Amino acid sequence: MTAPMTRQAPPSRRVFDWMLLLAIAAVVATYVRAIVFTPVERLQGPAQKIFYIHAPSAWVAFLAFGVVAFAGAMYLWLKDERLDRIAESSAEVGVIFTTGVLLTGPMWGKPVWGTWWTWDARLTLTLFLWFVYVGYLVMRGALDDRAQRARFSAVLGILGSLLIPFIHLSVYLFRTLHPEPIVLKPSAPSLPGEMLTTLLIAFLSFTLLYLALVRARYRLGVLRDHAALAEEE
Amino acid sequence: MRPDLLRAAAMVARKDLTIEFRTKTAFFAASAFTLLAIVIFFFAWDPTAVSAIDLAPGVLWVIFTFSGLLGLQRSFNVEHADRAMDALLAAPIARESIYLGKAAANLVFVLAVQVLAIPAVALFYNAPMGHAAGGLALIAVLAAIGLVAVGTLFSSIASNTRLAELLLPVVVLPFFVPIVMAAAQSTGRIMAGRPLAESASWLQLLAGYDLVFAAACMLAFPYTLEE
Amino acid sequence: MHAPAVEVRGLHKTFGRRRAVSGVDFTVADGECLALFGPNGAGKTTLLRVLAGLLKPSAGVARIAGIALPGAAEARARVGLLAHATLLYAALSARENVEFAARLYGVPDPSAAALAVLERMGVAHRAETPVRQLSRGLQQRVAIARATVHAPRVLLLDEPFTGLDDAGALALTTMLNAVRASGAAMLLVTHNLSEGLALATHAAVMRDGAFVRHEPRAGVDPATYAAEYRELLARAS
Repeated sequence: MTAPMTRQAPPSRRVFDWMLLLAIAAVVATYVRAIVFTPVERLQGPAQKIFYIHAPSAWVAFLAFGVVAFAGAMYLWLKDERLDRIAESSAEVGVIFTTGVLLTGPMWGKPVWGTWWTWDARLTLTLFLWFVYVGYLVMRGALDDRAQRARFSAVLGILGSLLIPFIHLSVYLFRTLHPEPIVLKPSAPSLPGEMLTTLLIAFLSFTLLYLALVRARYRLGVLRDHAALAEEE
Repeated sequence: MRPDLLRAAAMVARKDLTIEFRTKTAFFAASAFTLLAIVIFFFAWDPTAVSAIDLAPGVLWVIFTFSGLLGLQRSFNVEHADRAMDALLAAPIARESIYLGKAAANLVFVLAVQVLAIPAVALFYNAPMGHAAGGLALIAVLAAIGLVAVGTLFSSIASNTRLAELLLPVVVLPFFVPIVMAAAQSTGRIMAGRPLAESASWLQLLAGYDLVFAAACMLAFPYTLEE
Repeated sequence: MHAPAVEVRGLHKTFGRRRAVSGVDFTVADGECLALFGPNGAGKTTLLRVLAGLLKPSAGVARIAGIALPGAAEARARVGLLAHATLLYAALSARENVEFAARLYGVPDPSAAALAVLERMGVAHRAETPVRQLSRGLQQRVAIARATVHAPRVLLLDEPFTGLDDAGALALTTMLNAVRASGAAMLLVTHNLSEGLALATHAAVMRDGAFVRHEPRAGVDPATYAAEYRELLARAS
């Protein structure tokens, strides 16, 4: 009665997730390099090393949302369920990285500037990105109909990606018209060669980690859908 | 002659407003909530530490978003009640007309509540606003357009979910942030007697927001309906 | 002109993985009424909603008065929809509801047209009453008025007898016969065999997304049909 239209072969159970392992290894290697082989920053001290987690996490957080929005837009065009699954996976991975940014921000801020939270432009933008992610995931949770969930998520993803530039602009205007009493510059000071290299490596390894996690989450999604289908039949 | 996009939207708007102002329940609820919130906020601050006049703009526009939510939530309830939405969708009108009509009705609703809220804030916070009336009107219209553009779309989405009343705020409030910031910052300035031109950046932000989101939400609206 | 009022060829409607309508072919001409029976989940309502323009076909062709369906407002203009929900706004009066519909369909002089059709449905004396204060039977009459104010060529009915008592059902049957006599084509989805057969010129049974029976009413003996139908339902579950 219910002949399936788009069926994917479920991944074999005991697949060795080489990509995830490689990504984790890359991240660990990056930190070994960051902690042991990269010089300590003069002004900020060892706490500056958190920057090597903070900045790449922020990159991934925004990249992930870009993927959510793009996959959603493609879904509206092509109606392929797999695109929605990509969006969902990217959103769940993205919110974790975003949370990471928001946690490492204060961890960096307290020893270096003396306060837990600064309304730094980028940190604030990331905070709002976090709220948009949460709204996205809560909305998905409130919808049972698959097609509806995919469509609505795509709409929210696209509109959310339009919102981010406006929030950025708002915060920028707010800050330029309201100069901060303390001059806080959490933005990266120009980095000497060694640190820059470490940072670039960190960006790469984090991107790899993102891709590996999304792939793993995607496969989990396929498994779950197969289980749900099997129950229906 | 079958109605075109705007005429059909006007019909939908008129229908919504007729229903709303016949029962007036939502309007009274939103107005009562607004007045209460204005009063509560007043007592939440130490008047010797922060002057009421400084608080007024922020209070005004934050409450604007929450009372706006109350109005938005009823927007699609009326269509789901006896499945009247099916009749709208079966009619030979564009889906976009439904969006425009409902957004227009929401705009009237939200502005009607602001007509109460602004004088109430001026009164309770001893914040004279007469000199800034023109600027305030402009800010109110721009802010309201942004609010209903986004709010109407998400109200359509939320009305299809369980926990619609909880979901709508969680999803839509981030979208209101640029509106609140721009509205409150410019209101503060013009209340302090600064010329409107000084708030130009904020007003441009609001206008840009309105354009982008009105267009995007109108285009996205058909995707929130069953296919 | 004369394309048939409703023409369906090879129609499919799929929701994700679920095939709700899988390959349906039929025609309904002016003045005909096709009664569509079948168990829950057979796809009857889905088929109806496609014809009403509420859903887009996944494959195949559906035409109203020769106009192909997906998205065409032209086609929707010729269709009236009556469901078991009233599709009315409870806070508005009968006249306001019907007048709103008349405007949406571009009926000239909407106010007069609304009153005229309410008169025909025998409910003009309550035209200014808010719909929520009317009985279910009267609400259904207002609903028919709303569905026919624009003189549609095709009338789609989804379980309209639900919740009506005998008197209400009889009144509905009489009114629908009058509508059909005036030349409209009708597609009636119902669980109620006797009421369906009373109105039908053709009868079909749908199961698992396809027609399993489709014949003119004329040759059908209601008792036999009912027995065979019950058997069909028993086999389905």
